[in-house]
Amino acid sequence: MKKNKISFGLVISYIILIIASFFSLFPFFWIIIGATNSSVDILRGKLTIGSSFISNLKVLFGEANMGSALYNSMKIAFLTVILTLAITSMAAYGFQMYRTKAKENTYSFFLLTMMIPFASLMIPLFQIISRFRLLNSHSAIILVSSASVFMIFFFRQSFVNYPTEILQAARVDGASELRTFISIFVPSMKSTYAAAAIYTFMTSWNNYLWPLIVLQTNDKRTTTLLVSSMSSSYTPNYGVIMVAIALSTTPVIIVFFGFQKQFVEGMLGSVKQ
Amino acid sequence: MANERKINRTGWYFIIPVALLLAIFLLYPIFYSLYLTTTKTKGIVTSFIGFDNYIKLFNDPMFFLALKNTFKILLLQVPLMLISALIFAALLNNKKIKFRGFFRTAIFLPSVTSLIAYAILFKMLFSYEGIVNNTLLALNFINKPLDWFSDQTLATFVLILAMVWRWTGYNMIFYLSAMQNISSDLYEAAKVDGATEIKSFFSITIPLLRPMILFTTVMSTIGTLQLFDEPMNLAQGGTTASMVGPNNCFLTLSVYIYNLCFKYTPKFGYAATVSYAILVLVAILSYIQFRISKHSERTISKHVKPSLK
Repeated sequence: MKKNKISFGLVISYIILIIASFFSLFPFFWIIIGATNSSVDILRGKLTIGSSFISNLKVLFGEANMGSALYNSMKIAFLTVILTLAITSMAAYGFQMYRTKAKENTYSFFLLTMMIPFASLMIPLFQIISRFRLLNSHSAIILVSSASVFMIFFFRQSFVNYPTEILQAARVDGASELRTFISIFVPSMKSTYAAAAIYTFMTSWNNYLWPLIVLQTNDKRTTTLLVSSMSSSYTPNYGVIMVAIALSTTPVIIVFFGFQKQFVEGMLGSVKQ
Repeated sequence: MANERKINRTGWYFIIPVALLLAIFLLYPIFYSLYLTTTKTKGIVTSFIGFDNYIKLFNDPMFFLALKNTFKILLLQVPLMLISALIFAALLNNKKIKFRGFFRTAIFLPSVTSLIAYAILFKMLFSYEGIVNNTLLALNFINKPLDWFSDQTLATFVLILAMVWRWTGYNMIFYLSAMQNISSDLYEAAKVDGATEIKSFFSITIPLLRPMILFTTVMSTIGTLQLFDEPMNLAQGGTTASMVGPNNCFLTLSVYIYNLCFKYTPKFGYAATVSYAILVLVAILSYIQFRISKHSERTISKHVKPSLK
């Protein structure tokens, strides 16, 4: 009797998981199918591989200029990751390893600002950027995204358990503070940096609102802006959009599955506290 | 001693680069937009108008519509998503289930898509002649295609469904990892005491997951209150259309601010006032969530903790 009950529970579990997996995966399957079909076939819900893949690709890299959008997104994401990791991990190190009352207060104040929605900063940010003559430039996006309080918080939480004796020893040996950070501390925190890099890359790659406001000409725009503007045009070519979605999702899939383990561990490390 | 003080001062040098950027791109905007709420811009002239923007806010039907839409989405989507995430995590934490790696990856995969991409994807799936209508017709659930994006309820349903699709797996990963950190001894002990699996889920797993549940709830609430990309891209015509979704049902607070600033003549002062309203809401909601969690933590520790030790 009892055994029957357990296997009944298992069957229900499998059914739920199979249905959930089906609905999770179906849109991906459909992207691949859609990328090979024409716009008309996609809207009709055609579910078989078509023959329009090459022509979709030609339109996407021809008129729509996906090549430049991919390059722009890559460039922005890459530089944002480097700048964010450098300055936020340094700050987190400063807060954690040289604790003083004044620093703790500054840190708490920073944390409070995490709750502020981006929309409420949008207008002054736009005005600052235009005063700095950075409108329609990629630097505007990189600089604004890099000052991330969440990343300072994330790094500091992961630094909490670092044995400070090692740093003391380096100090006694006469190493400068910055040198200790760069050549002793950073190399021992590789998985934290990997998780931070993935998170920052994904956030930057998917960023939409801020680039939408700042970037004004077609040669500067990112893949998210391109995909969005293609779909809101009066005669959207859905086949081409599907190829664009597939291409813009691939880098994130590669980055994520390459470092899945570090990502989850790193994120967990920051929540546990 | 003096040396230690010197070392501690060095700490500031590590903080300066990011503090400089934050001062320019975060602190200054916070205060500047507070100032903007008291101004009005006409052409190139900005004039001080005191509290007029705040009075306008309380008499603005569009603001209340945006507020209502945002909260409707928040109250339906966040619980639905977090409960599904919790259920999937619990199922995948069961060692008896095979192919757990596959299921986990499959359910997580939607969260790698960009917000734009999945919004557009759902717009295509639910188009008039699209797959969803075709399937429902074939199964005889409906006898003529539904026009998903011209009815307010249906359109909101699609938006919420899309968001649940995108974010459930993401939250599930957090729950699952937290569940795997719970020592199996606790479950063994509960089993010896005669507790069923469902009972131990509610009296062991859920209480120990509380910090994680709080974290995901706060993050999701903040995220949904700022909802912008999805409604903008699910709506016909995107950023240029006159209405955002049928009867403006996709007009969220962030979309409204964007429209005030960048769609017609910019009303920066008034938009800043709406922004501050969101800020106050986020602060209140986060505070309530923390209080509720603190309170239940205390209640739980009274009843559960002794038996755990």
